[in-house]
Amino acid sequence: MFGLDAIVLARVQFAFTVGFHIVLPAFSIGLASYLAVLEGLWLATSRQVYLDLFQYWIKIFSIVFGMGVVSGLVMSYEFGTNWGSFADKAGPVIGPLMGYEVLTAFFLEAGFLGVMLFGMERVGRGLHFTATCLVAVGTLMSAFWILSVNSWMQTPQGYTISPDGRFLPASWVAIIFNPSFPYRLLHMVLASYLSVAFVVGAVGAWHLLSSSRNSHARTMFSMAMWMATLVAPLQIAVGDFHGLNTLQYQPIKVAAMEGDWDTARNGDPLILFAFPNMKEQANDAEIAIPRLGSLILTHSWDGEIRGLKSFPADQRPYVPIVFFAFRIMVGLGLLMALVGLASLILRRGGQIYRARWLHRAAVCMGPSGFIALLAGWTVTETGRQPFTVYGLLRTADSVSPIGTPGVAASLAGFAIVYLIVFGAGIVYILRLMARPPVTGEAGPRTDAPVRAAGITPGPATNPAPAE
Amino acid sequence: MSFLLTLDLPLIWGGLIAFAVVAYVLLDGFDLGIGILFLIEHDEDDRDVMINSVAPVWDGNETWLVLGGGGLFAVFPLAYATILPALYPTIIGMLLALVFRGVAFEFRFRAKDRAGRLRWDLAFFLGSALAALCQGFALGGLLQGIHVQDRHYAGGWFDWFTPFTALCGVALIVGYALLGACWLIWRAEGRLQKRCYSHARILGIATLLLIAGVSVWTPLLDANFNQRWFHWPGIALTSPVPILVLLVAWQFWQGLVDSSHIKPFLCALAIFLLCFIGLGISMYPYIVPPSITLWDAAAPPESQAFLLIGALVLVPIILCYTAYAYWVFRGKVKIGLHYH
Repeated sequence: MFGLDAIVLARVQFAFTVGFHIVLPAFSIGLASYLAVLEGLWLATSRQVYLDLFQYWIKIFSIVFGMGVVSGLVMSYEFGTNWGSFADKAGPVIGPLMGYEVLTAFFLEAGFLGVMLFGMERVGRGLHFTATCLVAVGTLMSAFWILSVNSWMQTPQGYTISPDGRFLPASWVAIIFNPSFPYRLLHMVLASYLSVAFVVGAVGAWHLLSSSRNSHARTMFSMAMWMATLVAPLQIAVGDFHGLNTLQYQPIKVAAMEGDWDTARNGDPLILFAFPNMKEQANDAEIAIPRLGSLILTHSWDGEIRGLKSFPADQRPYVPIVFFAFRIMVGLGLLMALVGLASLILRRGGQIYRARWLHRAAVCMGPSGFIALLAGWTVTETGRQPFTVYGLLRTADSVSPIGTPGVAASLAGFAIVYLIVFGAGIVYILRLMARPPVTGEAGPRTDAPVRAAGITPGPATNPAPAE
Repeated sequence: MSFLLTLDLPLIWGGLIAFAVVAYVLLDGFDLGIGILFLIEHDEDDRDVMINSVAPVWDGNETWLVLGGGGLFAVFPLAYATILPALYPTIIGMLLALVFRGVAFEFRFRAKDRAGRLRWDLAFFLGSALAALCQGFALGGLLQGIHVQDRHYAGGWFDWFTPFTALCGVALIVGYALLGACWLIWRAEGRLQKRCYSHARILGIATLLLIAGVSVWTPLLDANFNQRWFHWPGIALTSPVPILVLLVAWQFWQGLVDSSHIKPFLCALAIFLLCFIGLGISMYPYIVPPSITLWDAAAPPESQAFLLIGALVLVPIILCYTAYAYWVFRGKVKIGLHYH
């Protein structure tokens, strides 16, 4: 399985490029909505702090968005370069959905991004707010279509198969609203919001640690913690429903997530930890709680869950990756809910702004949303293997006729370029985050280190200190 | 949707994909051209002006490339699944180059010191030039034909690398630089604008010579092309194209001589548009010459009709708000004015 043939390399390349990419749209989805909320609050209350936070985060947004655009462009061509057979066979069904993504989402985002970033003085407040909202709507529309595509690959319906093996559309409603789509969409949008909430919370906490009276840091920390308090438990509930849906349509994936080899008679245990062993078809070093697995998955003590061994070996995914990624996601999700709960308790008497341990925890949890998101995608995508279209089209039958040297060379190219480009991007983002937000925060460009301060307007380049 | 199913959908979609590609080349052409001009424009103020003249719109420009690729996937999956593997290295090269130049827009303003900024300026130049070169190779590779067998690409690694495709690559670099120079004549002022007039003269002449070279070479590649361009009745349809190119070229030159601000840009766009019409005439009815026609490559009518509904409604709206974005940022871009 791990011979470095063209298929494995093409999979590694896809995993690498999509792994880098997915973080950025998730960041954009959450941050665009947050920016729309901030600008809306500013227009409604006229409080300077909201405008300052808007200007603070929009600079980070412009970097994130730019990286998301270029890494997404790569994705839109990779189906053809590396997965030509998949494109030819599944194109008639999923191609139009991606076409709709471009038409309804990408153009909308790109069209109004310029106005959102640079147009505040040119178009007036009302129109600018409209532009911000349209960008936010665009990010959500994009999520709608791409998750419909992904969900169709997991739970295909509404198609027929032509004699030459192509998927032909029979019902667009059935294709778009396939069984796993609503759960996956909600799970992903909430994950984006939660990821950004923890980033914003970490930045707020970082600046509270150096000055607990910084009003800007207080506002963003408080907003982020409300999100953690409310959205983290909601996300756990949505995840549970998503899991039940997966059990119904992709039982093998759930068996791999649970590390469940045998079909138990009297309720399945919940395996907390183990090393799944593909060769022995069993777990090493297993720690389990009896019956709890059945309770979670079937909401009954005796519910039967089919084990991996009850499925043919050539339909099983590589279990250890699915198993561990699932545990990382769930563990981080529980920690996020815990932080949200702690912050709720500490709100009494404003302790939330003084509890340094909470701030330290929030700083540590900054990347937790993104890590959980990547782990979650790893579960669902590697759990779909060895198929690209679940149960119907094998990954091995999906690749382009590109030889190993070609795929290896392009993989090396992507690895080098992405590490340089996104490495630099992360440094620039962290640098912006390290600077505390101030009153009269400058917008994009005006704050850029452009030579003499005399050229750009005074107030923007010499902001008054916050305190 | 049943009415749509009675139409000649592959032909309509061929036209729409061609429209997306032309929109991409015309729009991203000038902003790639600005990157290419970084090679000869070193002044930091001028570079800021150059970047800021396209910063609010480059993203939308590049989206037409996503529509071209995504659209091909949706409505001509066989073309998508054979062209991209055939042109694999050029496509990967283009994507990596676009990654570099795309992030340079923001990163150059975020670099801490002058050295850092110069590095991203270099990335912006190299990315823009390499993207143009790869697009030229890809275009040439498609024109000279792709060997397809049993719905798969069946040619070699470097089929796309020939003297003809290299000429296309150079032509696109020079042509995009011309578009960039003409854009700056329109949007910049002072010494930068003045220098761009002289860039445009040299680049204009070079572009026309390269167009002539590619145009004479193309019909020699394939008997079908030859028949269409040099023999009756094809020549009745094709001969207006070179004549129009010459007329527009003359207007372009007049614009430069009269120091017109917008005329050179509009003429340069028209020259590019005419070249694409010429390409279309050469290739029709093939989408992957020499064997796959629009109709062979088409997705089932249900797929094409479904997306066509969206395209007919949304493309006009997209054109409206794209025009609005250009309108908001109209006027000369001044030194030190960072769209605050």
